[in-house]
Amino acid sequence: MASVGKIARRTFLIGAAAVAGGVAVGYYYYRKPFANPLEADLGKSEVTFNPYVKIGADNTITVVAPRAEMGQGISTTLAVMVAEELDVGLDQVNVEHGPASYAYYNAAILEEGGPFAFFDESMTAQAVRSGLGVVGKLLAIQATGGSASVRDGFDKMRQAGAAARQLLIAAAAQKLGVAAADLETANGSILHKASGKSLTYGAVAVAAAAMAPPAEVRLKDRADWKLLGKPQKRIDMLAKVTGAPIFGIDVRLPDMLYGTVKMSPRFWAKPVKANLAKAEKMPGVIKIVALETNYGHGFGIIAQNTWAAFKAADAIDAQWADPEYPLSSDAISDVLKQALGAKGSAMRDNGDVDTAFADAPRERMVEADYAVPYLAHATMEPMNATARFKDGALDIWCGNQAPTLVRQLCANVVGIEQEKVTVHTTFMGGGFGRRVEMDYALCAALMAKETGGRPIKVTWTREEDMRHDAYRPAAVGKFQARLGDDGLPVAVYMKIASPSMIASTLRRLFPSISPLGPDKSIVDGAYDQPYTIPNYRVSGVAAPVSIPVGSWRSVGSSVNGFFHEGFMDEIATAAKIDPVEMRKKLMAAYPAAVKVVEKVAAMAKWGEALPAGKAKGMAFTLSFGSWVGEIIQVADTPAGIRIEKVWIAADVGTALDPGIIEAQLISAAIYGLSAAMGQEITFADGMVEQSNFHDFDAMRIFQCPVFDVAILENFHKMGGVGEVGTPPAAPALANAIFALSGKRIRTLPLSKTVAFA
Amino acid sequence: MRLTVDGQSFDINADPDMPLLWALRDLIGKTGPKFGCGIAACGACTVHVDGQPVRSCSLPVSQVSGAVTTIEGIGTADKLHPVQQAWLEEQVAQCGYCQAGQIMSAVALLDEVADPSDDDIDNAMGGNLCRCGTYPKIRSAIKKAAALKTAGL
Repeated sequence: MASVGKIARRTFLIGAAAVAGGVAVGYYYYRKPFANPLEADLGKSEVTFNPYVKIGADNTITVVAPRAEMGQGISTTLAVMVAEELDVGLDQVNVEHGPASYAYYNAAILEEGGPFAFFDESMTAQAVRSGLGVVGKLLAIQATGGSASVRDGFDKMRQAGAAARQLLIAAAAQKLGVAAADLETANGSILHKASGKSLTYGAVAVAAAAMAPPAEVRLKDRADWKLLGKPQKRIDMLAKVTGAPIFGIDVRLPDMLYGTVKMSPRFWAKPVKANLAKAEKMPGVIKIVALETNYGHGFGIIAQNTWAAFKAADAIDAQWADPEYPLSSDAISDVLKQALGAKGSAMRDNGDVDTAFADAPRERMVEADYAVPYLAHATMEPMNATARFKDGALDIWCGNQAPTLVRQLCANVVGIEQEKVTVHTTFMGGGFGRRVEMDYALCAALMAKETGGRPIKVTWTREEDMRHDAYRPAAVGKFQARLGDDGLPVAVYMKIASPSMIASTLRRLFPSISPLGPDKSIVDGAYDQPYTIPNYRVSGVAAPVSIPVGSWRSVGSSVNGFFHEGFMDEIATAAKIDPVEMRKKLMAAYPAAVKVVEKVAAMAKWGEALPAGKAKGMAFTLSFGSWVGEIIQVADTPAGIRIEKVWIAADVGTALDPGIIEAQLISAAIYGLSAAMGQEITFADGMVEQSNFHDFDAMRIFQCPVFDVAILENFHKMGGVGEVGTPPAAPALANAIFALSGKRIRTLPLSKTVAFA
Repeated sequence: MRLTVDGQSFDINADPDMPLLWALRDLIGKTGPKFGCGIAACGACTVHVDGQPVRSCSLPVSQVSGAVTTIEGIGTADKLHPVQQAWLEEQVAQCGYCQAGQIMSAVALLDEVADPSDDDIDNAMGGNLCRCGTYPKIRSAIKKAAALKTAGL
């Protein structure tokens, strides 16, 4: 790891804030609670105890789960945390997303933003971590990402339930004239066993909410959990099997208009010439307006229905200015490779790599160049938002991963105060990082200014969605290792070049803030892995290509999982050591990692002979606080390579819902395999070449392997779940293909080199 | 133009080129079928016309000749179709966006083949994309639904 001295002199990027060696913030300001946003909008005879719990006189219990539900099950798990401590069943609570509010800041999303590996528990690392948690609160970003929602909510949500329960008991004690200690709770009622008297929560809610909050909140011991730690029925499942209107695209309002956008196919480029006449005259078209946001330039089509808007968008004849970035994928690739020539920022620098390589005999060296492409998120639900601008106030309905940002940026673009904006966050048909962006909301907000107060639902075509993403950055890497006498690496030097996701995000969301210091996401997943190698340097270089890039499920680890673990497999091959055995040796200082590797190897019966035409590969990545090993078995078939089986072992520290965790690990692995098998976003003439699922496809059911998942709880800190299955998927597959065919594929997608059945 | 959807008759005034999907969603207010791609490549828009699964995003509404059934027409929250029941029990959905289309393809499959093999499932469901990767649970839910249907539940 970087030493303390180096850190103190260095600045590093976290989210939107540049922090110099930690932060100094007044303790009082940090502790000052935000106002409870639920107080503004309570139902009749309804009271609120804190930003997470409302109880009505009729015993209706509402839990606010203020994180974006994009399939990861977060609304269920957050509600379970409250229900557990409130002592009610999950079927007894209504769950709402709640309003956009700074009270719902996500501290955990930034806590791992410092330049420390997750397992680094040095004083400096811990101090910066808690400092970054404070920044999370000061920036007060209500956001869903970084696989952080459960870690952020674990204490907050349980405390919210427990504090409410303590107040309800105290109010019941007063009303019944008994001691609080003699009261028990179950299923939303408070029981005095000795007298047999009972009261519902609703009956004492008003009195309880008027009492002073408890000075000390007692949480249940894990042994007493009834709901947490066990698989729950998801609260959103019934709506999702009946086609209920729960997504942004399903919003319907009285008098609503429909629309779409046609933005410049060259990012940031303005229209040079545009002929709108033909499109404007088409049936059902009301108006075409120019759009300009931090995301770029284009047109908004306002129409009587979505189809009319789509047809008109197609009929717009526009010429766009030249792009500010290289025109083609080859030219972009040259810029990335050139960037590798720079020294870069070493986020890990153990020993002295330069000296170790200086006298290395040729036969002891392993060297390789790797590359991965840009990737689109391709959520199933294309980008969309519905907006109504009436009487100086803006209402906006959309699935989004950051409601307070939607509020702030839409207020700016429309030119009103934030207080005049109401954000209605819907369920989302996939997020994967795409809905951290704000373009869909900004376009709808601008178009709502042009409809005379009528609401408008703006839906993007799939083509528009595919060609206007904040992509997973392309990246290239140069890798060198020197093997020691025993075959194990004594020196490893990894240098990775990629456009900076943080700088790109700032340009779109906070253009007034200049990025300072290196972007850690360029090396995430490579610099922070639990390997001990005496000389070990991992450096990142930001490459100057301004195609928009952003957070794509597992972010930097999606790139570097492939790079790091592909190269580790190459080292094992060169050293003629079994890749599992090599990892166990290099990871010996990290018992949680070793146990994961041992577990997944045992599950897959690693080392047992396979029939001809079948082979296995393995990979391991620690990301978002979870330790994940994956082994993939492939088979050579006449139709191409078939992925037969995937074994996953994941140490998440504490597993709050094993059913949802297993589903997420499988989901994330399939997401990674889909990309590894065949996905790439390429450029020609400054425009994205892919447009729809025919040329940017994902794994289909007939390609889907059988999964076997083990969830471990060995490490003492909780890890994230939604993204951690993605990073090891691509390298495990590539390593399996090497074992099968002897082909070492260092460039994704693999379909450039091999065919898949 | 007249359309029968989920047992109800609707009079609509649509561009003959308008895909059935947009007539359902924008003109009739049936938002169960989802827009995913517009080129019949993802299956999120799957509905039945006279019991046959079709991609409504690519079928002009003027060419619809039979009764249309959407996800909203096969069952309700109180009385689920066996396929919906199996989906619920197996906890299939994640984001849920593709699931209306998945369920409609599965319903059509089980109407044709009472006890589908893995190959039958692969063939019938290959056109339905799921970006959350719920395929293993879709497979087990179809098998469970087959059992529920056979048992007459």
